[in-house]
Amino acid sequence: MVFNFMTQRATHPGNTLCDLAVGQTGILEDFNMPQSIAEHLMNLGFVPGLEVLVARSGPGGNPRVYRVDGTEVALRRDLSRCIAVRPLTAAEAEARSQ
Amino acid sequence: MSVPVSIQSVASAARHVPGSPAYKTVAVVGPPNAGKTTLFNRLTGLRQKVGNFPGVTVEHHTGTYRLENGTEVSLIDLPGVYSLNPKSEDEKVTIDVLNGEMPGAERPDAIILVLDANNLNRHLILAGRVISLGLPTLVLLNMADELHKQGGQVDVLPLARQLGTPVALVSAVTGEGLIAVQNFLVATPQAPEPLELPIFGDPRHCREWAVRVGTHAAYRRGVTPEWTRRLDSIFLHKFWGGAIFAVVIVAVFQTIFSLGQPASDLLQKFLDDMAVHLSNVLPAGIINSLVVNGVWKGAGSVLVFLPQILLLFLVIGILEDSGYLARAAVISDKVMAKVGLNGKSFIPLLSAYGCAVPAIMATRTIENKRDRIATILIAPFMTCSARLPVYTMVIAAFIPNRPVLGPVVGTRAVAMLSLYVLGFAMAVATAKALKSSVLRSKDVAFIMELPPYRWPMWKSLALRLMDRANAFIFRAGTVILGVSILLWALTYLPMHNGQPPAIADSAISHIGHFIEPAIRPLGFNWKIGVGLLSSFAAREVIIATMGTLHGVDPQSHAMALQQALKSDLTPAGAIALLVFFAFAMQCMSTMAVVRRETNSWKWPVIQFLYMTGVAYVAAFVAYRITLLYWN
Repeated sequence: MVFNFMTQRATHPGNTLCDLAVGQTGILEDFNMPQSIAEHLMNLGFVPGLEVLVARSGPGGNPRVYRVDGTEVALRRDLSRCIAVRPLTAAEAEARSQ
Repeated sequence: MSVPVSIQSVASAARHVPGSPAYKTVAVVGPPNAGKTTLFNRLTGLRQKVGNFPGVTVEHHTGTYRLENGTEVSLIDLPGVYSLNPKSEDEKVTIDVLNGEMPGAERPDAIILVLDANNLNRHLILAGRVISLGLPTLVLLNMADELHKQGGQVDVLPLARQLGTPVALVSAVTGEGLIAVQNFLVATPQAPEPLELPIFGDPRHCREWAVRVGTHAAYRRGVTPEWTRRLDSIFLHKFWGGAIFAVVIVAVFQTIFSLGQPASDLLQKFLDDMAVHLSNVLPAGIINSLVVNGVWKGAGSVLVFLPQILLLFLVIGILEDSGYLARAAVISDKVMAKVGLNGKSFIPLLSAYGCAVPAIMATRTIENKRDRIATILIAPFMTCSARLPVYTMVIAAFIPNRPVLGPVVGTRAVAMLSLYVLGFAMAVATAKALKSSVLRSKDVAFIMELPPYRWPMWKSLALRLMDRANAFIFRAGTVILGVSILLWALTYLPMHNGQPPAIADSAISHIGHFIEPAIRPLGFNWKIGVGLLSSFAAREVIIATMGTLHGVDPQSHAMALQQALKSDLTPAGAIALLVFFAFAMQCMSTMAVVRRETNSWKWPVIQFLYMTGVAYVAAFVAYRITLLYWN
């Protein structure tokens, strides 16, 4: 199987998992990748609507470790660029900090 | 700490009459990392065996669980699954077995579903799917000890009511709550009657359902302890992560050599003493020769490597169960990317240092098909434990031990290390060539779940080691024993006047001389040729063969094998032999597993021709170069 999706431009440039810095949180929105990979990610807890935190960066900044739904999963930057996220709204951020 | 068990819900079904089990076959199902195998081991102990379903590559264990009333229930440990999606091979097998559509496997009468109590929001989705199959199901929320330690909680009664199945909070590690399994198995079978099930297909809805069910059961996940996070900030650190990784790899091999070698020496001494004893007890003649030279020297010369092989599997097992291997995959990903692979190939490649067969089966976790084939093709270049005896013997015979770096690291250690490096370098070169040509894949999804760190369970490790030891002894007892006896017979024939021939007139000598022209350019004589021929069954057989060939030869009968070898090989020939073994594909088990995993003869045949071709050319080059410098 040859994928070309990773080299395509992300549907939401600037709003992908890859654009979040370590320690930042976003809300998962959309997967721009073949269904089989998206399903695998969803089985691991990457469900649209959930919060995802960039937990840490591996040696050399790639892959990075994300925390979602109580689990930690490592993804390379090329794949994280295909996962659209939105930033927390002010209300969500406030609810988090409490 | 007491663990609440929903005795009421388990016991809600009427008690079964003792003596006749409610279920004959029960499937154990669960997601990866939920402690399914630990539970299975706890329930069945040593009463289990490994098997493969026909036509598929998925391995499964079956075992026997004995109830208190003495009746036995057969348990099938199915592969870890996240979901029941027929597109994934492991999940397809699980569905087929549960639906009774797997040839050779009986349809289970009931299911024990093992979930991680700390991950119910994800794992309840799987529960929904499994329960919807309609078989009587027991839901075990495993790792209750962790859940409580981390401040989480769940009420099993409301959960049991909503799922329509008995639910119990258990710990497979401590054994708490496992009485629920007894109670479930003796109860009258009852199909689940859940209050509601999710509409499958939309992950968002499934998850909402799971959260709703969890909320009704007052589910609160525990907080991951800070030490796991702290460990990760060291093990995945920018600089220290890589440094620790290197130390771990060196420590793995150091352990095997520094602890394994003395153990092997002890075993060797014991086997030698036994051989002398046997030889004295048995009457002289053909039986004595067969038992001592054919059987004992043949199979025994291979058995002595058992300690080293078990140590290697033990160390890899500890790394795997503690959770470090998943981190090692993340650390190695960047380097693996350089040869076109990803971190997921690291775990199989590390296991390949033990044995290529489990390594090739471990490639199933690699989602990308081309990456998987590339990993399968390079795995046998890793220095597996079957090469170890050959290397040890040839190095000990030909390379004098002189200190190189202080008193600890000597010439022999350097020689051994270079052979490991040689195999690794060829694997890298081959991967690079494959991934930039026939197996090129543009983008690879690297998705690696990092389980929390845990203490390895000694019982589960011990069971896995037993598996490996059995496989090794079985091979020594069948293939290697068979080849040894055949060789012994060929050295004993043709008989003249009831007397065995001189070794030079024996059938084996004729075979050896027939192939000698092909191997003479590598510096091998006919005896080594016979050894090579036999080693295509399995690498370590060459030692058994050489043992038998010299055992029956009166000139070298009394000599240690290492001494006797010096009459067969020049130093240059010995180097060529080492190089040949570093590269050649000499293992029927590996070829068989590659065929099974790739589902065609194409890849094993290509692999055999490529590896053996490379081995021949490299051995020739090594021979000619060594001749120039060392003769």
